[in-house]
Amino acid sequence: MRRGETLLGLLGAAALMAAALLAPWLKFILTVALAKGIAVIGILLLLRAGQVSFGHALYVAMGAYTVAFLAPAMPDAAVLLPAGAAIATLTGLLIGLFVSRYREIFFGMLNLALSMVVYSLLEKLYDLTKGTDGIRVELPRFFGMALDRPGFEWAMFATALVLALAAGAFARLYLDSPMGQALSAIKTRETRLEFMGISARRVLLAAYVLSALLGGVAGAIIGMTTRHVTPLLAYWTASGELVFIAILGGAGSVLGPFLGAVTFELVRIYAGAAVADAWQMILGGVLLAVILFAPGGLWGMIAGLLRRRAGAAS
Amino acid sequence: MAEWFGDNSGLLGLALLDGLASAGLIFLVAVGLNLVFGVLRIINVAHGSLYAIGAYAAASVGIFFASAGLPAWASLPALVVAAALVGGILGPLIERLVLRRIYGQEEVLQLLVTFALFMILEDVQKLIWGVQPVQHDLAMRLLGTYDVPFAGDVVPFTAYQLFVLPGVALVVLVGLAWFLRRTLTGRVIVAVTTDREAATAMGIDARRVFLLTFTFGAMLAALGGALSSPTGAIVPGIGAQTIVLSFAVVATAGLGQTEGAALTALMIGLGRSIAVYFEPELEVVVPYIIMVAVLLVRPQGLFGSTVARRI
Repeated sequence: MRRGETLLGLLGAAALMAAALLAPWLKFILTVALAKGIAVIGILLLLRAGQVSFGHALYVAMGAYTVAFLAPAMPDAAVLLPAGAAIATLTGLLIGLFVSRYREIFFGMLNLALSMVVYSLLEKLYDLTKGTDGIRVELPRFFGMALDRPGFEWAMFATALVLALAAGAFARLYLDSPMGQALSAIKTRETRLEFMGISARRVLLAAYVLSALLGGVAGAIIGMTTRHVTPLLAYWTASGELVFIAILGGAGSVLGPFLGAVTFELVRIYAGAAVADAWQMILGGVLLAVILFAPGGLWGMIAGLLRRRAGAAS
Repeated sequence: MAEWFGDNSGLLGLALLDGLASAGLIFLVAVGLNLVFGVLRIINVAHGSLYAIGAYAAASVGIFFASAGLPAWASLPALVVAAALVGGILGPLIERLVLRRIYGQEEVLQLLVTFALFMILEDVQKLIWGVQPVQHDLAMRLLGTYDVPFAGDVVPFTAYQLFVLPGVALVVLVGLAWFLRRTLTGRVIVAVTTDREAATAMGIDARRVFLLTFTFGAMLAALGGALSSPTGAIVPGIGAQTIVLSFAVVATAGLGQTEGAALTALMIGLGRSIAVYFEPELEVVVPYIIMVAVLLVRPQGLFGSTVARRI
């Protein structure tokens, strides 16, 4: 299964590359989808511990706003991307120290509350953030190269693809490591973990900080790709989307988030515009349906199909 | 300090009265959330949507009553009618169709299911009432204003916010305490809250209690929304604000604490309204500062008790 996952991941990356080459207008959507997938990997880590955060868009917004604030001074993706990730990680550490004491509903709602606070601050501190108008980001350089717009978009797409593969591989290794195993133990019975001398709080904190880092990376990519950063990035609907993608894609594999994100973004481009007023309703409906009837998500369905194939062949 | 109070007594008076009124509303919503959690062991994220729908429905019923030629005083019962309708229809619908399927499941899944409901209801509001602000303040204008003497100043304040909102909250607080302690149905609810298995073994139909409690909680949320509707315009997004705010109250008070929730609602309501008058940028942040400060010191909430850990 592990080798199959790697193979499928590389195949998926090649397919995305081919799609972007054949239809260049797709690469913008795919870049954003890959970025969201990276953020959802963070959600996946927390889900492994049985915790769900309704506020992780906060870290995406942190990454994006870092890009927006720093871009005039240091307009290079090689600086902006790590800076966005670093600021988000620091914020995640600070908030994580607090929220890692809580579980389940408290964990979810405290994250929601904190992201709403940041959203309102981004919206209200007009002098600093230009409020709901948001901040425009000038086209940055890419590792010292001054690229034109299509060139830079290609560079961002490639960056997102490479980072997505890296995030997926890293998450796989992390979940298989003792730290990852301890995460699952938080879900099953935390007290037993503590009897073994392992601090559940630290295990969750480590995963939380990682998820903030991944959110920051995603935010920095989104900030440089859309080049317009608004408070909506931190709104609860954005956090809801991340959770939605995680469940839609399936929490059983590190490929799930990307499967979910690409499906989500493609459907949103076509269906979302047609039913803008009912978009959240459709998301909620699908979320309900997946939870009640297909708990494995898209990945679960595909894995089921593959297994049946393998069973029929042997 | 004394001088500052002298200079700002008018504003402070307004802030206190405003805080009292908004505390009443927050309490109504929070106590419903609390009650549902106590019995069903589910924190209903869609509770805030029920508040919003209650507000919209109250405006609609009010406008309908007015256009049907009913006298102006009918706008007050219209609020209660709207709340009862919303809670009475949506409550059983949600419990029967959705929640019933997930009792006893993982907590994450329960949380996600109510979150999905929240997303759905949020757009249902937009589809029915649009995204433009909705306003119908007949009930508030009807009662006029009342001059409140405060520290040598006179503060004119609407009688609706001064008497109706805190009054209803007080009636609900006392009524709920009486209902839960003195009536058979109330005691059955308490029994299921304390020990579901033992209660079921005594012949209590837990499923019926779930349905009843959820409907009652939904009505309280809708009542909070309905009562809030005359005091200002109803805009999209109040559902999200309300659930987070009332969760802040419940978490600060400690899960399952009714009287504690009342005190905490008062604290958070006052804190927020003082911020509105003196540091408006901080308004949204104040409740969470209070919550985070309390939870840092007492993770189980102000009035909550610690639970023994399962091994």
